[in-house]
Amino acid sequence: MELWFTEKHTPYVQFSIKIEKQLYAAKSEFQRIDILESREFGRILTLDGYLMLTEKDEFIYHEMITHVPMAVMPHARKVLIIGGGDGGTAREILRYKTVESIDLVDIDKMVADACRKYIPQTAASLDDPRVKCHFEDGLKYIRHHENEYDLIIVDSTDPFGPGEGLFTKEFYGNCYKALKDDGIMVNQHESPFYPADSYAMQRAHKRIFESFPISRIYQAHIPTYPSGHWLFGFASKKYHPILDANWQKWKSLDIKTRYYNPKLHAGAFALPTYVEDIIREVE
Amino acid sequence: MKKLTQENAPVLEALEKLKQMRIVPFDVPGHKRGRGNKVLTEFLGERCLSVDVNSMKPLDNLCHPVSIIKDAEQLAAEAFGAAHAFFMVGGTTSSVQAMILTACKRGDKIILPRNVHRSAINAMILCGAVPVYINPQMDKTLGISLGMSIKDVKKAIADNPDAKAVFVNNPTYYGICSNLNEIIKMAHANNMLVLADEAHGTHFYFNDKLPAAAMRSGADMAAVSLHKSGGSLTQSSMLFINDKISEGYVRQIINLTQTTSGSYLLMSSLDISRRNLALRGNKIIDTVIDLVEYARSEINNIGDYYAYSREKINGDSIYDFDITKLSIYTRSIGLAGIEVYDILRDEYDIQTEFGDLANLLAYVSIGDRPRDMERLVSALSEIRRIYKKDSTGMLEVEYINPKVVLPPQDAFYTNKEESIPLDKACGRVCTEFVMCYPPGIPILAPGELVTSQILEYIHYAKAKGCQMTGPEDMELNNLNVVTEK
Repeated sequence: MELWFTEKHTPYVQFSIKIEKQLYAAKSEFQRIDILESREFGRILTLDGYLMLTEKDEFIYHEMITHVPMAVMPHARKVLIIGGGDGGTAREILRYKTVESIDLVDIDKMVADACRKYIPQTAASLDDPRVKCHFEDGLKYIRHHENEYDLIIVDSTDPFGPGEGLFTKEFYGNCYKALKDDGIMVNQHESPFYPADSYAMQRAHKRIFESFPISRIYQAHIPTYPSGHWLFGFASKKYHPILDANWQKWKSLDIKTRYYNPKLHAGAFALPTYVEDIIREVE
Repeated sequence: MKKLTQENAPVLEALEKLKQMRIVPFDVPGHKRGRGNKVLTEFLGERCLSVDVNSMKPLDNLCHPVSIIKDAEQLAAEAFGAAHAFFMVGGTTSSVQAMILTACKRGDKIILPRNVHRSAINAMILCGAVPVYINPQMDKTLGISLGMSIKDVKKAIADNPDAKAVFVNNPTYYGICSNLNEIIKMAHANNMLVLADEAHGTHFYFNDKLPAAAMRSGADMAAVSLHKSGGSLTQSSMLFINDKISEGYVRQIINLTQTTSGSYLLMSSLDISRRNLALRGNKIIDTVIDLVEYARSEINNIGDYYAYSREKINGDSIYDFDITKLSIYTRSIGLAGIEVYDILRDEYDIQTEFGDLANLLAYVSIGDRPRDMERLVSALSEIRRIYKKDSTGMLEVEYINPKVVLPPQDAFYTNKEESIPLDKACGRVCTEFVMCYPPGIPILAPGELVTSQILEYIHYAKAKGCQMTGPEDMELNNLNVVTEK
């Protein structure tokens, strides 16, 4: 039997993965959730038909969204993850023993529960005593916090659907307010390549740039995301993403990574010229 | 024939049947189901263009309804508790005008609050009715005009026993209601009609947590904007009458100005919305109420802002309050409502209904989602954090009691008119409208005296970014006034 998962990366480009079987399908209050089993990528989580993670390449995304800010702020104690119900981002943060607590705010409890059952590779972290899950609207949660977090990681879905509110100026502004004076916010920043993604990326950067004194973009290569070229945003009140990285401290922690390393950290901020151009346009 | 119920939607059903008939159109509109205008069809969709059709036997005729439109109007009348309903395709402006044109002939008096929509005064220009204005009470803190006080209505009726009608906003743009039942009682006791502008009150008919609806309370006519809280297409509206008003006469009045090519897109949207409200309105409006109550409490928790509600009720000029209205007082953060309105749109991609000098109104309805409300609340919280400033020195808005020198028609059609610089107009009689739009309530109407207080208000509103509309000079540097002899 030929069973394929297909995602339209644009109306004219599609990306397909051969599926062995469907493990889970449900519709929550917010979205449709599917978990699929594939030969090439292992288990796959999709929301409303958009691929969120695969067991095979999730390490790239999750290492890059966590270790980059943690190398700059290895002393972070209080971390907030908005989105990230699959648990991958929390898993990486938990590797820092000095982090005291992680608040994880995801709107959809069903995603977390499905991942707990079918993708423990990422979701086992959700049951760690240092992780506190809040299932509510991220925009609402953040509004009620001030001067509280060292690091906020915005591990959102795309800027349409339930994740829309996490790409807005009001959200970034409220993150700024919720951070301590030297706080850092890192966010999933879409892709620069296809026009629709690129437009969303540019708008998000414009809004973050207006909200934080330091706002830079870095990149990674994620095989299962549209175009494979993915960006992250690094916004900060005080620390420069490269000049203030504390390599000595980070190396002493002896955290084994598969994608991330200090050399790549610095290099990730060196962007292709066309991407620089898109960003400059709104700075 | 099977009796029609609220489950039916006669216009919708007829249009669906028409599609199956595959009629060859040698009539207007010339786009012929969209085939003749590919760009428009691609933009609006083939399904939309395929029902943009002309009156024909199976589809009845809005000017003279005898079949499906008549049935649809009858179902609407039943749903709203009226004797008869008219589908209107010229906006609620056309419904308001039809009410006044029905009630008043040239020289007839009509009692109305000054904070009416411009469409009411326009109707007086058309028919020559003479306004007897009631000074709506003013909330000094919020800077908004309220409902009519019962003692003012009583006095106006006693002073003008020959008036033909009393006109009521039910509610105002801000959600404020007068004591409708008492006004109806007084007016009817003096042989006056009660005309209700329910442009913002469609939902009153379908939920008992809301203020009284005019037709259910015994008003004679009501203009109801289904396209606002009812979910129909922009420009569609309904006019309701009770059994004391002649249906035939009202139709003649409507046909004086209404198009003979009534849009079936608009009419089907009225029909579908009426069905939806009749069947599910109560539940839908409960959801809206919950969402607005939630937003109000969150906004009031931010600090400084004041999202007001039923606690403002005072038994008279605020007899009742529409809790689906999300009106927010913003002067306490040092910003005019219009300034917050502009920041929301320019900086946060959030479009609200309008801002005046002290308040912001977010229109919440059937189509809103909790996550969008989170955006509005969060953006307001951010605007306070980033923009808050000292609020001293902001203009205290006060009710400007208009001095009506000439009836609107006499002033508008005067042949003794000149255009002079706005600032030179103090003490002269204006012959045109000046208003902020929205809300479209005139600051000056034709026939009213220009005062220095009015000029100060206009300059302040302009400086704060209000869009001033009405006058012949779009920039409002000049104003048309009656020439001095």
